[in-house]
Amino acid sequence: MSATARPQAFAGQGAIAREGIFLAEQLWPIKGQLVLALLGLAIGGIMGLIQALDRIGIVMYKAMLMQTYYQGLTIHGVLLAFLFTFSFNNAFVSLMAIRGFERPLASTFLVQGAFWTMLVGTLLAAYAILTNQATVLFTFYAPMRASSLFYLGAALLVISTLLTALNLVLTRRAWQREHPGERTPLLGFVGVVTYVMWALATVGVVVLVVFFLLPWSLGWLKTTDPQFNRILFWYTGHPIVYFWLMPAYISWYLLVPRQVGGRVFSDSLVRLAFILLLVFSVPTGLHHQYVDPGIPTVMKVVHLFTTFSVVFPSLVTAFTVMAALEDGGRARGGRGLLGWIWKLPWGDPSVTAQLLAMLVFILGGATGIVNASYNLNNVVHNTSFVPGHFHMTVGTAVALSFIGISYWLIPYLTGRELMGRSLALAQAWLWFVGVLLFARGQIAAGLLGEPRRSSIGEAPYRDLIHAGLDNWLTAIGGTLMVISGLIYFIVVLWTVFGGRRLTQPLGIPVAEMRFGARETSPLLDRLGFWFLIAVVLVAIAYIPLILLYLPLQSVSPPIKVY
Amino acid sequence: MRVEAYERFFMILAALLLVLGIVGIAIGALVAGVHVPSPAGRVDPRTLTTTPPFDQPGLRDLGGGKYEAVVIARAWQFQPDQIEVPVGSTVTFTLATPDVIHGFVLTGTNANVMVIPGQIAQVTARFDRPGEYLWVCHEYCGFGHHQMFGKVVVR
Ligand code: HEM
Ligand SMILES: [Cu+2]
Ligand SMILES: [Cu+2]
Repeated sequence: MSATARPQAFAGQGAIAREGIFLAEQLWPIKGQLVLALLGLAIGGIMGLIQALDRIGIVMYKAMLMQTYYQGLTIHGVLLAFLFTFSFNNAFVSLMAIRGFERPLASTFLVQGAFWTMLVGTLLAAYAILTNQATVLFTFYAPMRASSLFYLGAALLVISTLLTALNLVLTRRAWQREHPGERTPLLGFVGVVTYVMWALATVGVVVLVVFFLLPWSLGWLKTTDPQFNRILFWYTGHPIVYFWLMPAYISWYLLVPRQVGGRVFSDSLVRLAFILLLVFSVPTGLHHQYVDPGIPTVMKVVHLFTTFSVVFPSLVTAFTVMAALEDGGRARGGRGLLGWIWKLPWGDPSVTAQLLAMLVFILGGATGIVNASYNLNNVVHNTSFVPGHFHMTVGTAVALSFIGISYWLIPYLTGRELMGRSLALAQAWLWFVGVLLFARGQIAAGLLGEPRRSSIGEAPYRDLIHAGLDNWLTAIGGTLMVISGLIYFIVVLWTVFGGRRLTQPLGIPVAEMRFGARETSPLLDRLGFWFLIAVVLVAIAYIPLILLYLPLQSVSPPIKVY
Repeated sequence: MRVEAYERFFMILAALLLVLGIVGIAIGALVAGVHVPSPAGRVDPRTLTTTPPFDQPGLRDLGGGKYEAVVIARAWQFQPDQIEVPVGSTVTFTLATPDVIHGFVLTGTNANVMVIPGQIAQVTARFDRPGEYLWVCHEYCGFGHHQMFGKVVVR
C-alpha cells in the first residue's frame, strides 16, 4: 500500500475512533455485508466451473450435488449478479460516504437494517434454490413458477439496497445542513448518485414482484402476462448493470489515481459523468428486448437512442481515468508517449487488479455496443456471445475491481497486513488471462449460434454447431478464472486470520483534483433537479410503450418445468 | 463550469463515435433491410392448439418461392422440428408457445426471436445455399431445454 501510506487519512479502527466518524455500530453491518459479498463470490464462482467444463462435455453438476445444470446456473446468477454485487456496493459505498462526508451515516438503524434484510433475503432465496423450488435462473421469467420464498428473498435483497439508498440521501442532507452553501464533497456525492439512480431503477422489479409474481405464485392471481412481466424485469435489468459498475467507477475515478500517485483531472467532469449515468441509465431497458415479439418497433428505436446516450459517460470515464493514470505514471518518472504505463505501480496487487479490470472493460464495452446495436443484436441475442460480453464487464471490470479494492480494504478494516502479495499479483494476472480466453471462446461460439443458458454438454445438437475449439477455450479460460478465485480466497483468509498486525495505520486512498470543487458549477450539485430529469426521460421511454402495449395479455398460469 | 481543451476534444470524439454507430445501424436497417422482429399478433396459450394457424403446424407453400412455417415451441420440442425447402426460398417462421417462454435462433441467418406466451413471433430468412440449417431454443425453458432444436433442409 505504498501509495496510501501518507498519514493523511483515518486509519484502522484506532484512528477511526479518534476521528469519531466511523461508529462501531455502523461498522459491523458494513463488515457483515462484505462477508456476505465474499461468500456469494466464493459459492457462485465455484458453480462457474460446472458451466465452463460443461462446454467440452464434462458434465459434473451431479458431482457438485446439483439436480440439474440449471440449478447450478441459478445459484451462479443469483449469488454473483445479486448477492455479491449488492452487498459489496452497500458496504463499499457506505464507507466511502462516511469518508467523503466526514461524518457518520445519518441512520444506524438503516445500515443495520440493510445488513439484516440482505442476510434474511439470502437465506430465503438460498433455501428455495437448494431445495430445487426455484430453478428459474436469475431472471425468473414468468410463467415459470418459483416458490414464493424465492421471490420474497429476491425482494429483500432489493429492499436492502433501498434502505442503503435512503440512508445515503439522508446523510447528504445532514451534511448540507451542517455546511450551508457548500458544494457536496465528490466522494460522497458519487455514491449518492449511484444509489439514487438505482432507486429509480428498482421500480420495475418491485412492481413485478409485488403486484404480479408474489400474488400469482401464492395463487391469489390466476394468470399473469409474461411479455409485460419481461418489460418490468428489463426496466430494472439494464440499469442494474450501471449499479454494478458505478462503485467500480468510484474507485477508478477517485481512489486508483491516488494509489498510482496521480491526480483526478477535474471535479466537474466526474460529476458530469455520474449525472449523465443517473439521467440515461434507466430509460434503456428495451435493448434487451429487441427480439421480443410483443413490443412496438418504434419504442425499440427510442430505446436504441437512449442506450447509445448512456455509452457517452462511459467513454468520458475512459478518458478521465486514463488521464489520471498518465498523470501518476509521469509523476513517477515515466517519459515518452507510453513510457508512463510501465512506471505505474504494477507491484501493488490492488492497483494491478484494477488496471487489468479496466483493460478488459474496453473489450467488454465494445462488445456491449454490439449487443446494443439494434439489428446486430439479431446475430448475438441469447447466444453465448452475451456471457462472453458480460464476463468482461460485471464478471471482470466489476468483480476484479472489487477484488482489487478488497486488497486495501481488508487490511484497512482488520488492521492486518495483506499476506501473500505475490500470490495476489498472480491472482490478478491469472484472472485476466482466464477471462480473455473464456470470452474469446464464448464470443466465437455465440457467433456460430451456440445458445446461452444451455447445458451444451448434454445437448444432442452439440456437434452440429462446430464450436469445438471455441468451447475448449471457454473451458480452459473459465478454469483459470476459478483457480484465480481460489487463490484470492487463500489470500483473504491468510490476511484475516494470519496477517501481521499493521504497525503503521492505513488510510483510504482518496485522490486530489487538478481542478477542485470550487470551479464546479452549482448545477452539477443539484441532485433533485437531475433526478427529476431522469424521471421525465423514464416517462417518455415507458409511458407510450405501456399505452401502446395495453391491454394486458394475462393468459399464463404458473408452470413448473424443472 | 471549467472544461479543459483535452476534455472537450475527447467529448466531441466520443459523441461523433456514437453518432457514427447510429448511422451504421440506420444503413443496416434502411439500405440492407435488416430489421428486428415486429409484433405479429396475440394468441391465448391455453387454446393454442385449436387456434388457426397453430391447429395445423407445418410448412405452407405461399407460391413464388415463399413459404410459411407454422411452428409450435413447447417444452421440450419444436413441432415440426424439420422442414424442407428448395434453394432460393424465403421462409417466414410463425411461432407460438402453449407453456413457458422459449427462443428461436436459426444458425447462419439473422433470424432470432423470443417465443413468449400470449404473443405470436415472426421472423423471415432466405436460403440461398443448399445444406442443413440448425435452429435451437435459446431461452431456458426447464430441465430439458437443451434438447429443443430443429432443422431446415435446403435442397
Ligand atoms: C469464476 C469464474 C467464472 C466462470 C468459470 C463463469 C462461467 C460462466 C458460464 C460458462 C456461464 C454461461 C452459462 C450458460 O449460459 O449456460 C456463466 C453465466 C453467468 N455468469 Fe459466470 N463465470 C464466472 C464468474 C462470474 C462472475 C465473477 C460473475 C459476476 C460477478 C458472473 C456472472 C454470471 C452471470 C450473471 C451469468 C448468467 C447466468 C444466466 O444466464 O442465468 N460469472 N458464467
Ligand atoms: Cu443492457
Ligand atoms: Cu428452451
